[in-house]
Amino acid sequence: MNTLVIAEHDNRSLKGSTLNTLGAAAQLGGEVHLLVAGLDCGGAVAEAAALPGVSKVLVADADAYQHQLAESLSRLVADLGKNYTHILAPAGSAGKNLMPRVAALLDVAQLSDIVGVVSPSTFRRPIYAGNAIATVQSLDPVVVATVRVSAFDPQPAQGGDATIQTLDVVHETGTVRFVGEELAVSDRPDLGSARIVVSGGRGLGSGENFALIESLADKLGAAVGASRAAVDAGFVANDRQVGQTGKIVAPELYVAVGISGAIQHLAGMKDSKVIVAINKDEEAPIFQVADYGLVADLFEAVPELERAL
Amino acid sequence: MKILVTVKRVIDYNVKVRVKADQSDVDLANVKMAMNPFCEIAVEAAVRLKEAGLASEIVAVSVGPSACQEQVRTALALGADRGIQVDTAEQPEPLIVAKLLAAVVAAEKPDLVILGKQAIDGDNNQTGQMLAALLDWPQATFASAIAVEEGRLKVTREIDGGLQTLSLALPAIVTTDLRLNEPRYASLPNIMKAKKKPLEVKSPAELGVALKAHTRLLKVEAPAERQGGIKVASVGELVEKLKREAKVI
Repeated sequence: MNTLVIAEHDNRSLKGSTLNTLGAAAQLGGEVHLLVAGLDCGGAVAEAAALPGVSKVLVADADAYQHQLAESLSRLVADLGKNYTHILAPAGSAGKNLMPRVAALLDVAQLSDIVGVVSPSTFRRPIYAGNAIATVQSLDPVVVATVRVSAFDPQPAQGGDATIQTLDVVHETGTVRFVGEELAVSDRPDLGSARIVVSGGRGLGSGENFALIESLADKLGAAVGASRAAVDAGFVANDRQVGQTGKIVAPELYVAVGISGAIQHLAGMKDSKVIVAINKDEEAPIFQVADYGLVADLFEAVPELERAL
Repeated sequence: MKILVTVKRVIDYNVKVRVKADQSDVDLANVKMAMNPFCEIAVEAAVRLKEAGLASEIVAVSVGPSACQEQVRTALALGADRGIQVDTAEQPEPLIVAKLLAAVVAAEKPDLVILGKQAIDGDNNQTGQMLAALLDWPQATFASAIAVEEGRLKVTREIDGGLQTLSLALPAIVTTDLRLNEPRYASLPNIMKAKKKPLEVKSPAELGVALKAHTRLLKVEAPAERQGGIKVASVGELVEKLKREAKVI
């Protein structure tokens, strides 16, 4: 039994999701190797070598891997993967883009968004937007899976001393070209890994009013999220979206403001430790999952809450 | 440019899912079925490319039992030119669907295949990427914008933290995200016309694909219900509870 974990990183440092994925790998038993593929990714490699759960770091540092495009990376991972029983990646947009391609190259199934390890071949995963949980057994020699980050505790980041192996094989990207990227720049914590998340919904009424949410979030040191209704209404960008079609989060505290609580939103946040809902409609479904519900006009309650903190 | 677009028959997204009492699967008996919403977006994207004069023909494909011909007809009513149903007794897993589609692609030779990024039943988000691997084509998943520029495809993708733009040589695979477009409804005259459009049925054997199982579904359960808590009367009480009881701030 040995597992290859695909690191999520920006070349300079590892993303927190890598630590949660190592949490899933630890439940499988056996040795864990971590692949860091990128360009000038020495910073991420140094962090990887310090991970106590990892015995070896595989480094692929080349132009072809700069943007971690699936066309080149999938060939690299599929080549390496023949030596492993499990290949895991965080179920973010990068992992979801890459891992099915890896699985098809290896002629095996891929298990998406696993939330539980029952045995080394059997996993639990949500289906139907989290309205059912399937237990699925892999019949293949290699298990290729993406890991729902919020379902596994992060492994420690310090204390290890992994060996580093440099890979020389370079797979070119072929007929796809990277054109550009627009990433939201923010001083707030990352939505996927924040300890506290404050989310706004259609109840905010406009994009300008979202400043109320941002101000409360800054007071709490929280990330800012939104419901799909708020995104569809154009109040905030799509990368803020919490829900089945957006980010799945499980912070210690989730504050839902002006969010009715559609099933698709609940699927993205119902595993939060403590949920607070502020909504003027006392019949809103969000109150059925909230630990603390406040029936109030958010335009009065949110500034009052910010002052009271 | 010839476009192949895939459509899947799934539970209607408004229907509440129930798990069978024996936990063997979800209960789909007498449940309203519809085209997967991401597939609707894929069909719309194909039709808009054709309306813009960039595509010459749209072929809609579905894999599954004969009932999924209904969704192929819907795609024809929305603007696809002809349909193919790959007839399987049950809904195969994504790798098998990808292999069946790869065989259809080999016969049809499209320049572009557009698929929904995931189906709302299995939530797998795999078939497009797997098809790209099997064909050794470039892929642009989770597309929020598609443009044709100098014979290449320029696709903006929704990624964690923002947007990424790729340029792909054709032939290529695109999978659709929610904001790519707002699908139209089929008009009654177009629904009537769609009944006369050709719909071909192919078997996996004809396509040379064996229906091997790579996974086994052991159990399907309802998720743990979260218990609702209490209502607080004021902001002051809320802050007090968060500090003293929940101890999260």
